[in-house]
Parts: sequence; structure tokens; C-alpha cells
Amino acid sequence: MTVDVLAADTTIGNPVANIGIFALFVAITLYIVIRASKKNTTAAEFFTAGRAFTGPQNGIAISGDYLSAASFLGIAGAIAVYGYDGFLYSIGFLVAWLVALLLVAELLRNAGKFTMADVLSFRLKQRPVRIAAATTTLAVCLFYLLAQMAGAGGLVALLLNVKGAVGQAVVIAVVGVLMIVYVLVGGMKGTTWVQIIKAALLIGGAALMTVMVLAKFGVNFSEMLGAAQSAVSGSADKAVAKRDVLAPGAQYGASLTSQINFISLALALVLGTAGLPHVLMRFYTVPTAKEARRSVVWAIALIGAFYLFTLALGYGAAALVGPDTILAAPGAQNSAAPLLAFELGGVVLLGVISAVAFATILAVVAGLTITAATSFAHDIYASVLKSHQVTEDEQVRVSRITVVVLGIFAIGLGILASGQNIAFLVALAFAVAAAANLPTILYSLYWSRFNTRGALWSMYGGLVSTIVLIVFSPAVSGAKTAMLPHADFAWFPLANPGIVSIPLAFILGIVGTLTSADRGDPEINAEFEVRALTGVGAEKAVAAH
Amino acid sequence: MPETQHPPAETPISGQDYLAVQASPEFQELRSRLRRFVFPMSGLFLVWYFAYVLLGAFAHDFMAIKVWGNINVGLLIGLGQFVSTFVITGIYVLFANRELDPRAEAIRAELEGGAA
Repeated sequence: MTVDVLAADTTIGNPVANIGIFALFVAITLYIVIRASKKNTTAAEFFTAGRAFTGPQNGIAISGDYLSAASFLGIAGAIAVYGYDGFLYSIGFLVAWLVALLLVAELLRNAGKFTMADVLSFRLKQRPVRIAAATTTLAVCLFYLLAQMAGAGGLVALLLNVKGAVGQAVVIAVVGVLMIVYVLVGGMKGTTWVQIIKAALLIGGAALMTVMVLAKFGVNFSEMLGAAQSAVSGSADKAVAKRDVLAPGAQYGASLTSQINFISLALALVLGTAGLPHVLMRFYTVPTAKEARRSVVWAIALIGAFYLFTLALGYGAAALVGPDTILAAPGAQNSAAPLLAFELGGVVLLGVISAVAFATILAVVAGLTITAATSFAHDIYASVLKSHQVTEDEQVRVSRITVVVLGIFAIGLGILASGQNIAFLVALAFAVAAAANLPTILYSLYWSRFNTRGALWSMYGGLVSTIVLIVFSPAVSGAKTAMLPHADFAWFPLANPGIVSIPLAFILGIVGTLTSADRGDPEINAEFEVRALTGVGAEKAVAAH
Repeated sequence: MPETQHPPAETPISGQDYLAVQASPEFQELRSRLRRFVFPMSGLFLVWYFAYVLLGAFAHDFMAIKVWGNINVGLLIGLGQFVSTFVITGIYVLFANRELDPRAEAIRAELEGGAA
């Protein structure tokens, strides 16, 4: 194995510069958050930023919420090391937005108030459906949050040269505390601004690097691909050297099991996005369904452009940095994009990209936390525990406490999970969203016969089957790369359970509905459909008053 | 379009009103136009996406066929997914602006009566 001097005993670049640029980002965003959130008193202000963001602003924020560190560092790294197979991820993440655009966003905006559960419980039995929807919301947020926080530990090792467990724990705690401050002070408005600024930096930074990397190859994409392939073929590691990085199969082609596993992942990616609660909640921050549509259009344009950039960055990193250097660096394939930044623009560009990576974790974690806290305060506390007998101010108070509790919880879990193999947690979050949320959302919006039993069977069936299959999969035990490598209780062969749990949840929704005589109240069903399609009685923006 | 017969603003819209609107030809038209667009279009892009995923999983040699320089079939189909996503987005926006928004607007205006 080639041991690069840069990678062996120091981090790349200058940790002080990395921290400095990140501190600058924190200072600027905190200033904006405090300014933007003078008026955060009502529930609509705190949970939905007064529904006053424009479509384009919300679209940028959505891309800031969606493009996590996993998509930035993970996908660029996977393309650099495995080539084409890394590209397959980004396509699933992008195409998924068509589900949100065509089937979900506008009707959801028209029919809901703060959370996904508002829509799902509109014409079904309030209590059980709200509890189920809040449970799946919290589960998705928790898995996603855990992945982000644990990933922060790896990023710290790579970018700040903090390798000890204590040092990493301190940095994870700092990220967690910052997140709590942003959400408490800024509410949804502050969180949204953090996401907008982060998205602009992330996409701008990726665009800049793409231009620089293509310039190195005379703006000839084909030549860059050739250079990437020859760099990989020249690897000292024989298993790496024999990869054809320009065609699929390097990561998933080994056996039928891994091929089916890949299809299962692809299914969860394409159907999961429109069931992610923190994405759905963003549709309530705009004044109308038409603005929700514009948000998704902007998000699709930005996310699509970003994934095209990662394609150039990944192959560029393979060609210019080389797979051996990348794999030997701390953080292995996740270090591809930072190493490329250093190669292209030295300490300054690396500092910017590192700061963007931290900002990414911060913004995504903030979005997840406010979603989970809103769902807890609005769905569980107000609607279920207190049977709607609480004021909206009280809901805001409860959700603020929830933010602090969740933040501390996330810091603790992040420290415990640091260094664990947590990549599967993001895939798990998508699988739960696709199985537990999407079927019920679609049935509620488009199938008037759908009833409470169908919703409960589908949501709990999707949630439980996904988690059970993951627990007994090679992601958790029985493999070298598993979370518990020394135990072996795996009997389910796939690390991605979606191919079983998603169809199961769709079927349970149908079977549950048809075996129950409950047809709902025709007047309420009519009200729901008319509201969803026309926007009659939809929640208005607060800013106009 | 019939003149509005709803009571003046402030009166909440009743369940009977919603049933009447739901049964009205204008609403049925909106509903069927929406469904006739989004269901086939969703089917189309999902089939195209899974065709790509299956090729990526099983047809490595086909995907590796070089078309131009180092650009192969797999890369072109992958980029084609980007293009199709952008095109479908554009078509939907045109459709929604032209076919859905005016119809939804008319029904909303009528139901909310003098409220606006």
C-alpha cells in the first residue's frame, strides 16, 4: 500500500484555516438567524417561518436540507473509488424528486398545517393515525440524525486533525450545541436561512471545483474519464486496479445477492425522498401550492446540477489524486473531495470545502431536529396527550424543550456511534420513509376508500418490517463491515430491506383497508379532496397580516 | 360558470357544500385532468428509472460499450436520466400552469365566495 506523506501523519491542509473558515460561516449565519427571527412568537412563525418564503428560496433551502454530507463526500468518494456505481446513487436521489413533484408536494401543502400527520389524519381517526405518523417521523429523523452526527466524527478526523476520542467528542458536541442554538433562536426561519446559505456555498463550491477540474483536461470530459481509468488501473492494490470504473459493476456486480441488494437500494432511494418528513415539512414554509411547485422545480434544478458536479469531482479525484492516496487518507473514500480541493486550490479551497462540509452537517441536523420537535409537540403532545386542549404558544414551548432534549440525545449518540459503520443508516432512513410513509401518503391523497386500518397496517407494517430486516441483515452482524462484526445473527441476506418492506407496506395498506368496513365520513372525504386539489381553506402566509 | 350562490364571507363552508363541489363537473374535470397526467407520467419515469437500474445491475457489458472516446452507453443512459427528469419537470410545470391552476382557482373563488 502506498503511504502518502500527506495522509500518513498529518491531515491535509491547515486545520487552523479549516476551523477559521467554518467559524466565519457560523458567525455570519448566526447574525442572519438572529436578525431574521425577531418575530418568532406564534406557532406558524416557529414551525413554518410564517409560510412566507418564496418558491425559489424554499427550493434552495430544500436542496440545502437534502444534500447531506453523505451525498457530497460519499458520492464523490464512491465515484472516485468505484467509478460508475457511485453515479447510480445520485440518479436515484434525483429521480426521486419527480415523485415529490408530481404526486405529493402540492396536495400536501394544500391539505396540511405543520406536519405530515395533519394530512394523514385529516379524514382518518385522529389519535391512532397521528401517533403512527409521529412514530414513523421520529424514527426516520432519528436514523438520519444519527448518521449525520456520527459522520461528523469522521469528518473531524479528516479535516481538523482531531484523532483522539475526546477531541472528536468535543467537536461533535460543538456541532450539536450550535444546532440547538440555531433552532431555538431561529425556529424554522433561522433553520431555513442556514440551509439557504449552506446550499449556495455547497453548490457554488462544487461548481467552482468542477470548472477547475475540467480545465485541467482541456474541458474534455472524455479525456478526464480516460485519465481516471488509467489512474485506477495503475493502483498498487490489485483488486482496485482491475476495476472498470467507467461501467457499472465495480461495487455491486459481484454476485446475484449484491445485484438484488442494489435494486433494493434503488427502490428505497426513488420512493423514500417523498416520504422524508423533513423534506415534507419544507412545503409548509411557502404561502401556496403553486409556490410549493416552484420550490420543487428549483430543488430539482439545483440538486441535478450538484450531482452532475459530483460526477466530475469523483472522476477528477480519481484522475488527479489517485485511488491509492484517497484510500490511504483518514476517512478513506470520504476524503476524495477534500483531497481534490487541496490538489486544485491548496489550503484556501480545502478550508472552504471543509467548512462547507461542516455547514452541511449543521444545516441537515437542524432541519431534522426542528421536524422531529414539531411532530412531537404538534402531533403527540398537543393532539394526543392533551386532546387539542393546548394553545399554539404551548406547542412552541414544548417543541423548544424537545429540541434541547433531541440535541443532547443526538450528541450522545453521535459520540457513541463515532467511527462505527453508519453508512447504512441513511439508506435505512430512506427505506423507512419509503415503506412507512409513502404508501399512506399516496393512498390518503388519491384513494377515497382508504381508511384508518389501512393506514395503521401500512405504517406500522412498513416501519417494523424495515427495522426487523435491517437488524437481521449483514449491515448489523455477520460480516466484516457490519456494525457488530463479531456477532452473527443475520438471516436476511440483503443490507437494504426496501425490496421486501416497501411492497409489503403498499399491500398492507390495501388489505387493511378492504378488510375494514370503515368507509369514513363522505362529507369529510369530500372536504379533504376539494381542499387538496383546489387549496380552499389552505393555511395562509402569516406575514401579510 | 354559474354565479356564486354561497352565503357571504365568514360563514364556514359546510360538508354539504364540499359534497356538492366534489360532484360538480368543474371539479371532476380538474380531478381527472390531474390524474390523467400524473399517473401515466409517474409510471413512465419509474419504468425508465428501473430499466436503467436493471441494466446497471445486470448488463455490465452493454453499459460498457464505448460510443465516443471514453463515453460509453452507461454514461449516456445515466445522463439521460438527468435529461428526462428535467424535461418531465418542465412539461409538468407547463401543464399545471395551463390546465390545473385556472380550474383550481375558479373553484376556490366560487367556494370561498365573497371572502376574498
